[in-house]
Amino acid sequence: MRALVVDDSKAIRRILSQMLSSIGFEVSEAAHGKEAVEVLAASDPFDLGLIDWNMPEMNGFELVCEIRKNSKYDNMRLMMVTTETEMSQVVKALEAGANEYVMKPFTKEMIYEKLSLMGLPVSP
Amino acid sequence: MAISTGDFDFIRKLVLERSAIVLEPGKEYLVESRMLPLLHKEGLESIEILVGKLRGGTKNGLADLVVDALTTNETSFFRDIKPFEALKGHIIPDIIEKNKTTRELTIWCGASSSGQEPFTIAMILRNDFPQLLNWKINFISSDISREMLQRCRAGKYSQLEVNRGLPAMLLVKFFERVGTDWKVKDDLLKMIQFREINLAEPFPVLPKVDVLFLRNVLIYFDVEMKRSVLGKIKRVLKPEGYLFLGAAETTMNIDASFERLPLPQSGCYQLKG
Ligand SMILES: C[S@@+](CC[C@H](N)C(=O)[O-])C[C@H]1O[C@@H](n2cnc3c(N)ncnc32)[C@H](O)[C@@H]1O
Repeated sequence: MRALVVDDSKAIRRILSQMLSSIGFEVSEAAHGKEAVEVLAASDPFDLGLIDWNMPEMNGFELVCEIRKNSKYDNMRLMMVTTETEMSQVVKALEAGANEYVMKPFTKEMIYEKLSLMGLPVSP
Repeated sequence: MAISTGDFDFIRKLVLERSAIVLEPGKEYLVESRMLPLLHKEGLESIEILVGKLRGGTKNGLADLVVDALTTNETSFFRDIKPFEALKGHIIPDIIEKNKTTRELTIWCGASSSGQEPFTIAMILRNDFPQLLNWKINFISSDISREMLQRCRAGKYSQLEVNRGLPAMLLVKFFERVGTDWKVKDDLLKMIQFREINLAEPFPVLPKVDVLFLRNVLIYFDVEMKRSVLGKIKRVLKPEGYLFLGAAETTMNIDASFERLPLPQSGCYQLKG
């Protein structure tokens, strides 16, 4: 399984990457939406994207819209991991094509439980 | 703060009598850490003083608070997922077929804690089985803890709680934002009747149950109490009803009249034919 972690905080990227690699994901990182688009274009397809909302260059919501425009990425599960906690934001993200939504702060259990909800394997 | 053996024994017996929960020696640390917030709230200086009041029986309701503080309420939406997949994929469709003439469905959630489990079930019914809308649904949800029942009736969850296991799509559909919390919408809340039921005591009169969730509670009882609870369950469960136990629980070596269904990791049982 391959995952792309997109967050402008290096610390958060590291935490999420560790959580995913410890359950067998091969993880790539990007610091904002634009970089994520470049990584996506240059690599094999990903199964999962964990995406922050507020980032420079291209934000996470725009990134979700961008990814969902391309049917090549239809099988990629997208989960927002963000400090945005308004109901309207959750709705907006889902409508744009995000599959799941986690509000920061998060724990390992929360991330793993959401992955299982999206039908991804969570065994170490 | 250390607890004396005498005080520990007193609390142990109290909790055993009231809730059937077994606190083995070695759980002193648990009693200490769980009593701290209670001492603070009640303005008591030490466990000794607390036990003194309990022995004297001077303060009504104090024993309930002690029992409340010592029960583990850990739960989450869609906890362990598999049981709910089985419910959605097999069990509800089966009951819909079986009960199609009566159009009645009875569910009992017997250790509902803060409500995530009954609301998970209610969301599945509403979201995935629109054909049940004109059925009579008896949905009883119970716990021994008044504090937990209050939480159930309020249907209010923190951000941390809704982050755990609740699909975002269902959050959007069945919750509304209230301040920084998330509240279950009335429509869902009204499906469920919340009641105080102590599993260790004789059950009140209940309708015969199609599906019984009794997850992660037997684990706190000793074998005799487990057997006694399962015995009472046999009488409320319909002959073809379903019983869900927690991932670490089983009827094996306790009561031979149940058999585990071959639904992977669902912890689902039925009475043998
Ligand atoms: C760990 S929670 C389980 C919650 C939920 N069923 C789940 O699996 O996520 C255990 C619950 O059992 C309740 N409980 C403990 N002893 C009980 C008794 N004798 N009768 C009824 N409920 C009891 C506690 O109050 C607590 O809410």
